[in-house]
Amino acid sequence: MSSLLEIDGLVVRLPVGGAMRPVLRGVDLRLDAGESLGLVGESGSGKSMTARAVDRLLPAGASVDGAIRFDGADVASLRGNDLRRFRREVSMIFQDPRSHINPVRRIGDFMTEAVIAHGTMNRRDATTLAVELLTAVQISNPAERLNRFPHELSGGMLQRVMIASALMGSPRLVLADEPTTALDVTTQAEVMAILDELRRERGLAMVFITHDLELAAAVCDRTAVMYAGQIVEINTSRHIEHDPLHPYTSALLRSRPRIDVTLPRLEAIPGQPLSSFEAPDDACAFAGRCPHAADACQTTAPPLVTIDGGASRCARVGELRGTLHGVDA
Amino acid sequence: MSGPVLSASGLVKDFGSFRAVDDVSFEVEAGRSLAIVGESGSGKTTIARMIVGLERPTAGTITALGRDRSHPARDAAERRARGAEVQIVFQDPYTSLDPRQTVRSAIAEIVALHGGAGANDRAGRVDELLRLVGFDARQADALPRNLSGGQRQRAAIARALAAEPRVLILDESVAALDVSIQAQVLNLLMDIRDTTGVSYVLISHDLAVVRQLTDDAIVLRHGRVVETGPTAQVLDHPSDPYTQLLRRSVPGPGWQIPTRGAST
Repeated sequence: MSSLLEIDGLVVRLPVGGAMRPVLRGVDLRLDAGESLGLVGESGSGKSMTARAVDRLLPAGASVDGAIRFDGADVASLRGNDLRRFRREVSMIFQDPRSHINPVRRIGDFMTEAVIAHGTMNRRDATTLAVELLTAVQISNPAERLNRFPHELSGGMLQRVMIASALMGSPRLVLADEPTTALDVTTQAEVMAILDELRRERGLAMVFITHDLELAAAVCDRTAVMYAGQIVEINTSRHIEHDPLHPYTSALLRSRPRIDVTLPRLEAIPGQPLSSFEAPDDACAFAGRCPHAADACQTTAPPLVTIDGGASRCARVGELRGTLHGVDA
Repeated sequence: MSGPVLSASGLVKDFGSFRAVDDVSFEVEAGRSLAIVGESGSGKTTIARMIVGLERPTAGTITALGRDRSHPARDAAERRARGAEVQIVFQDPYTSLDPRQTVRSAIAEIVALHGGAGANDRAGRVDELLRLVGFDARQADALPRNLSGGQRQRAAIARALAAEPRVLILDESVAALDVSIQAQVLNLLMDIRDTTGVSYVLISHDLAVVRQLTDDAIVLRHGRVVETGPTAQVLDHPSDPYTQLLRRSVPGPGWQIPTRGAST
């Protein structure tokens, strides 16, 4: 059976000052219908760029190699009705609702404009659906809210509106790019609960992009960790958290301060995260910061190898498996 | 010296008819660090701005090292004296440095203003501060645009320490940093406290960072203090329902999304 989303060898380059610089250096991913996948990494690791490539929202001038297939069809070659259907079936939730919801249009018009323009619904049905979805994201007086403008709602409320409008076209895949990062922790927990429940009820697949490894692991079936434009580890969230198979995953988990104990010192990762375009082609991108790096890591770029039900881009994973620490339970 | 290095009593701030801070009191003992915890709209940043003199309290008093700072400074000398008592590091490392000034020159300016000693001593002091935050010579002479977010934040910390303050306000100072860089800056802040004995007032919504860096905590909601106590106790055995909700909302090992309807 083929997966809902398949990404093979995705390489994206962007024009910077006349030169083409890589932002993704070969991303491979599979996502089944109804599955949730966390995509985790620090700034510049390529997690947002991966979602944008899937949704064909890359900046002008980007060059794309490799293949992205949705429901078996090559996304890059979709045209006309096929593209419109793809736009309905894949929807995106962005980090900052204020910059992605039209400030001069009423909530109701914003939510219904796409389905009405696509001709899939008339205005009355679309409005009925919008009210249903606002109720589902726990917004009170939904019919009345449709007449409101975005500035009349709080950030948490507006993010719920974005989730509701992402569901208007009955999508099969949601790409959620840091949907709760701009929200307070208590609001984050509420919005996550709503998103998770709606996703399960409707059997939606989700790619959940975040810098928060613990949040991704709590919410998603599987988690992929990105570094310098590549996936360095992918596995079930349980494995990622407690039995990591890449030194970077382990280091990322252990560098966070803990809420239950004050540590004498944090296990900080030395040095700086590499940008994709700084990463060497003939060495492991993490080698310079890795406590386990051997000579071979400086001279060969390791492939993503399948191991223990997941995959790791570490040349020494065979020796290191079982010895890398995750979070202490 | 005994007694608190910083204290606030009955602090109130009104913006028009809106009360942003409502009867807040706290004390920071020398060498200890205090967390002011809250979400957006809790009034935590307004309190920070009142402490450093960017806002004037509607009522209540703020005292640093026994000197009142609830009213604007009378003259430059008093402003400078206040600068040597309390400094602040803001959240955004991209807007808190002058884009046309190198890190070394930004620090040297403050050392010259507060130092007093001769030019040689001042240059030595600048080097010492640069070393303290881990800058090499090349980075020290770079403009902010050529530095990463973590490096800029370290530069802002060095500049704040140049005035040799007894209290350093950290207003979400590590919130915008990537996880691996945040750990480096937190370790640096712990080292600096060990060497200089400075007290931190950490304004934060991140309870793990609060745990790592502070001894005592106050929890704010809608401008009012809902809970206060030693940080470990506030986080391990929160007594106020709002603190309990905050604690439950933080993802961690074994965390489940809290059941819907649990919050207000």
